[in-house]
Amino acid sequence: MATVQAENEVITTADGVPLKESLKKALWQRKKTALLLVAPLFLFVLITFLIPIFDMLIRSVDNSIAVEQFPNVVVEIRDWELDSTELPDEATFQALIEDFKVGAKEKTISRLGRRLNYEQSGMSGLFRKTARKIKKLETPESATEAMIAIDKDWGDIETWRLIKRESGKYSSSYYLSAFDAQKESDGSISMKPEDQKVYLALFWRTIRLSFTITFLTIILGYPIAYLLSTVKTKTSNMLIILVLLPFWTSLLVRTSSWIALLQKEGVINDILVGIGILGDDNRLAMIHNETGTVIAMTHILLPFMVLPLFSVMKTIPPSWVRAARSMGATPFTAFVRIYLPNTVAGIGAGGILVFILAIGYYITPALVGGTKGTLISNFIAYHISTSLNWGLAAALGTILLLLVLALYILYDKVVGINNMKLG
Amino acid sequence: MALPIHATLGERIWHYCFLTICVLIFLFLIFPILIILPLSFNAQPFFSFTAEMLQLQPEAFTTKWYEEFLNSRNWQGAVRNSFIIAFFSTIISTFLGTLAALGLSRPDFPFKTTIMGLLISPMVVPLIISAAGMFFFYSRIGLQGTHVGVILAHAALATPFVVITVTATLTGFDHSLTRAAASLGSSPTHTFFHVTVPLIIPGVISGGLFAFITSFDEVVVVLFVGSYNQRTIPWQMFSGIREQISPTIMAVATILILISVSLLVFLELMRRRTERLRGITPH
Repeated sequence: MATVQAENEVITTADGVPLKESLKKALWQRKKTALLLVAPLFLFVLITFLIPIFDMLIRSVDNSIAVEQFPNVVVEIRDWELDSTELPDEATFQALIEDFKVGAKEKTISRLGRRLNYEQSGMSGLFRKTARKIKKLETPESATEAMIAIDKDWGDIETWRLIKRESGKYSSSYYLSAFDAQKESDGSISMKPEDQKVYLALFWRTIRLSFTITFLTIILGYPIAYLLSTVKTKTSNMLIILVLLPFWTSLLVRTSSWIALLQKEGVINDILVGIGILGDDNRLAMIHNETGTVIAMTHILLPFMVLPLFSVMKTIPPSWVRAARSMGATPFTAFVRIYLPNTVAGIGAGGILVFILAIGYYITPALVGGTKGTLISNFIAYHISTSLNWGLAAALGTILLLLVLALYILYDKVVGINNMKLG
Repeated sequence: MALPIHATLGERIWHYCFLTICVLIFLFLIFPILIILPLSFNAQPFFSFTAEMLQLQPEAFTTKWYEEFLNSRNWQGAVRNSFIIAFFSTIISTFLGTLAALGLSRPDFPFKTTIMGLLISPMVVPLIISAAGMFFFYSRIGLQGTHVGVILAHAALATPFVVITVTATLTGFDHSLTRAAASLGSSPTHTFFHVTVPLIIPGVISGGLFAFITSFDEVVVVLFVGSYNQRTIPWQMFSGIREQISPTIMAVATILILISVSLLVFLELMRRRTERLRGITPH
């Protein structure tokens, strides 16, 4: 072993390796073990979760279907300008026939028709009709005339402008739809007419309802969190079960019980009719509308507000308010000037958490929201499973994701992600 | 919260008002859960109390919805699938999550915040977005509509809960215990199994329970990644509520409430055991 060393002599370990290097090696060894422990989970989450999310981001701008189905047309149309007043040249029409023949044979061309139909209705029909007729088409003298003979829409310059606009590998059109905007035929962007606007109102409703729910959870959560933090530990341990039990009960159980309570023939209406407040023929419509969504979601998200508030309030010594009172503050002043400012962190933490959860909620609005109380997530689900407009679903999902991530950054600033605790 | 003797009349009135408000809020929290129990015994296929029930006539109550639940093939399949999927996703997520938590809690772990952020992201991202992304990607690789797909999806959703609970257990972990074991000649493996594991096992079990509940209770992802053959209890409840709402759902709900109550009790006992072992007595 190294004993007393001369000043410029390198300190070595027993086997002659410089101590510095040996230490570095040992530290690296420890880092490597730590990394190796985390690596399996990291890979697992990467493959099962992060790549699918990334895949969704790509899908929201993906337009490769145009290149796949129209391989020749997209090449030929490159030289044709959007503001041109003439139809594309003969070569483009020949490419169109060629692509259509392949696509009709493999029965895949209608997918492109459906895709273009999102931008302009009638395209799906045009593609189906053309695919039917193209099989009988012998090599014609003029491809342009032959195609216009099949359907005069091929002679319409707007059809070609649409194809030209959507001929790239990527397209912003899903995002434009998600913001109720559209591309004009000259490529400029404008808002859709009032009667076709859907999503801006939907985003607004989602945010408005989430705010309402967050506000209600603060109003309802604050008193009981205060009560929990001031009673004896034994009592608060008992009372907190009343908060934790709903928290642990299946979401569907709670939603179905709200259906039983709120529906027209449900418990609350029966009670109100029974004690004579309501007539039997004007029972309250509390479900399948915004009211239903707000009531059920407030109940479901309330524990997420109570628990952070409780943990903040527990740390506030009761002597602070007493000190304020002893110096002449009224109970109200003592609360507003002393107690409330100390709980702002809890309100912030709970509020952002509830808001984030509310903004992405799917199940409860789907079951109790009807048509008027549905949120953005219900439309994402609708586009995935019913309308099959996956690109738009992906675009709406990406916008929602960005919104939530922005809120999480805010949450991190207020509480810190690492302080996140579970019931 | 006791009222001081010198409280004025106004303070007394306010105090009792406040208590009433709190009772009402607690009722709001707990009433929807309690209401399910009597409704599940309703002889009529309604979601409300009949006059006969209020008069406590025995013929107004029935257990037929429970029998229907036990005899229905749809529900039998749902129960089986729920347990299979929850079991395997719990195994995967608890194993991987515990390993990762052991790595993450080492003092000199590089890029800790970033990696932790990525690992807990399945908990952060709204379920509908996870479901959409997984649906697109899993149908591309042929996992959509398979048990494996749902198990992997649920395991991914559950890992953050395991990582967080086990990491929390490890923050209070006294590293001198392992050093003491090493200095007494114990090999790293022996130390791990005889010193580390017994101390972190409550955290691992609660993490596993969280994972099990996550999968058992999860409905959005299974609706998209699964299909009828992967139907779980929540899946069946969701489609039941959407199509024809029957009191069988109330019977299932009652059973689920009993399960969650027993889990809650179990977790509380677990927490007390940890505190006792650590020498922290509950005050």
